[in-house]
Amino acid sequence: MHIIDRRLNPKGKSLPNRQRFLRRAKALVRDAVHESSASRGVRDVEQGGELSIPKAGVSEPTFHHGQGSGIRDHVLPGNKEFVEGDRLPRPPGGGGRGTEGSPDGGGEDDFRFALSRDEFVDLFLEDLELPDLVKQKVAASESVSWHRAGYSPSGAPANMALGRTMRNSLSRRIALKRPNKAEIRRLYEEIEDRERKGEVSEELEALRAELAELLQKTSRIPFVDPIDVRYKRFDPKPKPIARAVMFCLMDVSGSMTEDMKDLAKRFFMLLHIFLARRYKHVDVVFIRHTHTAQEVDEDTFFHNRETGGTIVSTALEEMMRVVRERYPVSDWNIYAAQASDGDNITADAGRVLSLMQEDILPICQYYAYIEVGRGDGGLPGHHARRESDLWSTYRRIMGPEVPMAMRKVNHRREIFPVFRDLFKKDGDKAVGRVP
Amino acid sequence: MTDTAAPAIKTAEKPLFEGAEWNFDTIQRVHDTVEKIAVGEMGLDVYPNQIEVITAEQMLDAYASSALPLLYKHWSFGKSFAQQEMLYRKGFRGLAYEIVINSSPCISYIMEENTALMQTLVIAHAAFGHNHFFKNNYVFQQWTDAEGILDYLDFAQGYIAECEQKYGHGEVERLLDAAHALQQQGVFRYPRKKVPDLKSEERKFRERQLHEERVYDDLWRTLPKASTPGAPRDSREEERRKALLQLPQENILYFLEKTSPMLKGWQREVLRIVRNIAQYFYPQRQTKMMNEGCATWTHYTIMGTLHDRGLIPDGAYLEFLQSHTNVVFQPEFDDPRYSGLNPYAVGFAVMRDIERACLTPDEEDHRWFPDIAGCGDPIGVLKDTWHNFRDESFIQQYLGPKVIRDFRLFDLSDDSDEPTYLVRAIHNERGYREIRNRLAWHYDIARMEPDIQVVDVDLTGDRRLMLRHRAIDGVMLEEGDARRVLGYLADLWGYDVLLTEVDAATDMILKEHKAGPRRRFG
Repeated sequence: MHIIDRRLNPKGKSLPNRQRFLRRAKALVRDAVHESSASRGVRDVEQGGELSIPKAGVSEPTFHHGQGSGIRDHVLPGNKEFVEGDRLPRPPGGGGRGTEGSPDGGGEDDFRFALSRDEFVDLFLEDLELPDLVKQKVAASESVSWHRAGYSPSGAPANMALGRTMRNSLSRRIALKRPNKAEIRRLYEEIEDRERKGEVSEELEALRAELAELLQKTSRIPFVDPIDVRYKRFDPKPKPIARAVMFCLMDVSGSMTEDMKDLAKRFFMLLHIFLARRYKHVDVVFIRHTHTAQEVDEDTFFHNRETGGTIVSTALEEMMRVVRERYPVSDWNIYAAQASDGDNITADAGRVLSLMQEDILPICQYYAYIEVGRGDGGLPGHHARRESDLWSTYRRIMGPEVPMAMRKVNHRREIFPVFRDLFKKDGDKAVGRVP
Repeated sequence: MTDTAAPAIKTAEKPLFEGAEWNFDTIQRVHDTVEKIAVGEMGLDVYPNQIEVITAEQMLDAYASSALPLLYKHWSFGKSFAQQEMLYRKGFRGLAYEIVINSSPCISYIMEENTALMQTLVIAHAAFGHNHFFKNNYVFQQWTDAEGILDYLDFAQGYIAECEQKYGHGEVERLLDAAHALQQQGVFRYPRKKVPDLKSEERKFRERQLHEERVYDDLWRTLPKASTPGAPRDSREEERRKALLQLPQENILYFLEKTSPMLKGWQREVLRIVRNIAQYFYPQRQTKMMNEGCATWTHYTIMGTLHDRGLIPDGAYLEFLQSHTNVVFQPEFDDPRYSGLNPYAVGFAVMRDIERACLTPDEEDHRWFPDIAGCGDPIGVLKDTWHNFRDESFIQQYLGPKVIRDFRLFDLSDDSDEPTYLVRAIHNERGYREIRNRLAWHYDIARMEPDIQVVDVDLTGDRRLMLRHRAIDGVMLEEGDARRVLGYLADLWGYDVLLTEVDAATDMILKEHKAGPRRRFG
């Protein structure tokens, strides 16, 4: 008998099958992911979870007997009061309480299964992308990869190519006729043999001379000569990487209610997850503003509470400052997303307009603006709410060639659709249009 | 309970283990002790054992590929994995304690989470009970090749992976979908002359490849020569054609592999792999109840012996009894937990009944089992049943009145033309034989699964493939699925297919299904 410990074998042997299944059911699973994401919090997007898809999409048909025709017999255990010849009413709906071990396993139920976190997020973000990631820059040092490229006569000892070195050594030894060991040993033995017999002859002398010559030759021609040595050569190959930076601008002024800030934060959180998972080389810069603006770290951005008046242009100026200092336009793809309730002091409108048109939009690949509403989804009466200051300012900028999109979000459930709308992969992007 | 309180019949042997912990030495000791009892005393005849320790996650993995250690990749296995995992994570279903593979050496997977007692139980159950059944039952001997199965699976996995490389995932997946739909129709139900030899399959594959390059197609050769219009069809010609095509043919995958005019060589080989694997499982489907009964009876007997000899502590024996009763629990028909007859329960009960009839028969046993009643050799009788019967014939032969009474079995007839169900027989003198017959049918795969055969190919016309379903007692096919399977069949055949459902008793045509190829293979 053998006992074999297979616990160390990799688990997840069925992973390829699982991937095939997900690929097969992809359209269904994707729909289900989008549907279920609407009811989740942003944090939960990263949790994965349970899904159900219609069974019909992944059915495996076989020939089997159907219901409702012919005569069938069931032998059942646990008779209590029936006697031979009893007639029992057929339960409504034909099926019966499990009397028939229904061969298809029970009709057109939904097929439920759990998705892992990665699978869920990948599917959720699958068809989203940053638009126009074009300014691909070859960065200098860190993005170089090394490739094998033949042999070189110099290099580090660790890279010595032994096979090649010995080959060179062998061919050199053959070419220079370096005597081999067997030949020398044969001569030694023969001389010894003759000496033992006490032979004194010219022949023996000749042999001695021959041996001396061979030994000399051996010492002159080394076994491995420095000219034989070869090293594996590696060539540096520059790797192009797309470098991008995303500016997250959030209004935290007093006019923003807690609900609105919550909406804005959810939006940025989603954006953050999206960028972190899809683009390795994306820097994110967080800027929040009241009547002054400041660059903050992620934690402060999402969790700190601060309040004050509203001057939008301060945020835009702060963004330009950071761009000038750290992100030269020639090397970086620049993106920005702004969230605000749309309030701005009227005097600031001109400043915003000129900053946007002259400084920001020309250097941005894409600028997304979402305006958070009051979360009431528009009360009766409030329906024709007046356009906000910022919205009307931005509207004046919009045009078909402007890489900018604006959306309104009034409720938590709208965040996912709006987000998807803003970062959809295909051509009908939100760019340059006002909904 | 302490040792001093133990009954005096116990010998002074040291228990095999203390507590729940175990290590590889424990497993070895348990195996050797169980082997002494199973082989030395009970005379079981087994393949060499190989016991593999795996984790719960690996057990889930194993579920997903029909419990085979290696199998080609297909999304349907991923689907079943997703389903099993869901049920397991939600706690609806526990994991099997073991999985055993009909191969030589016989591989039993045991989980690391099991207690020492469970490992003992599993070794007795799988490594000796199932193992003996696999090696000796005639159905397995006839249909499977335990020596060759692992090598063949390895070949199949490699071959299909290679096809995916060459012809693309999509193409292979579509072919496997079609082949899986017909998998149940991919087995020979009646013995062939030759015992299958999977080892030579791979070699034969090379030869077939050479052969198929010089493609030779019976279809074309048997095209009837131009005959004068209106001349009577030569019936001898038709017979000759059917003989050449081996019609009627129940093994549809085999028929397609050999005669489909469109398929390429690799596609035929994939059909062959699918049907070989279906054939490998066919005996297991025919002997599920007996196989489990045999393993359960064996573990019950062995565990009892171990306990009697003081090799299992009393506490552990109670743990055993608890899992054993769980395994053989049979909910009644009106219980929400009811989902059909439990093969472990039925098999174990009938085998215990045989044991009882052999040792302490009553008057009824002498009437029902004159051959074995009071013969005094229950193991001999049981071994004979394990070797020479399958579920259907076993029930037909050995389901006695006591078991019928114990289970309170009754037969309910469901005639779709009647407004009510009819109780046809119950557990009384008049009903025993009726129940026994009905239950035997219930275990007869050939009867429970639709009987579908290829009957002819319309060679003079549009090369339409004709199939027939013999509807026993007027039970017809489920239409939606039948239509989808026919679609696959038409793709494989390359031309139209026609499935006729006829009543088995009257030969009356009940229904016809037609399908044409949507995207043919080849």
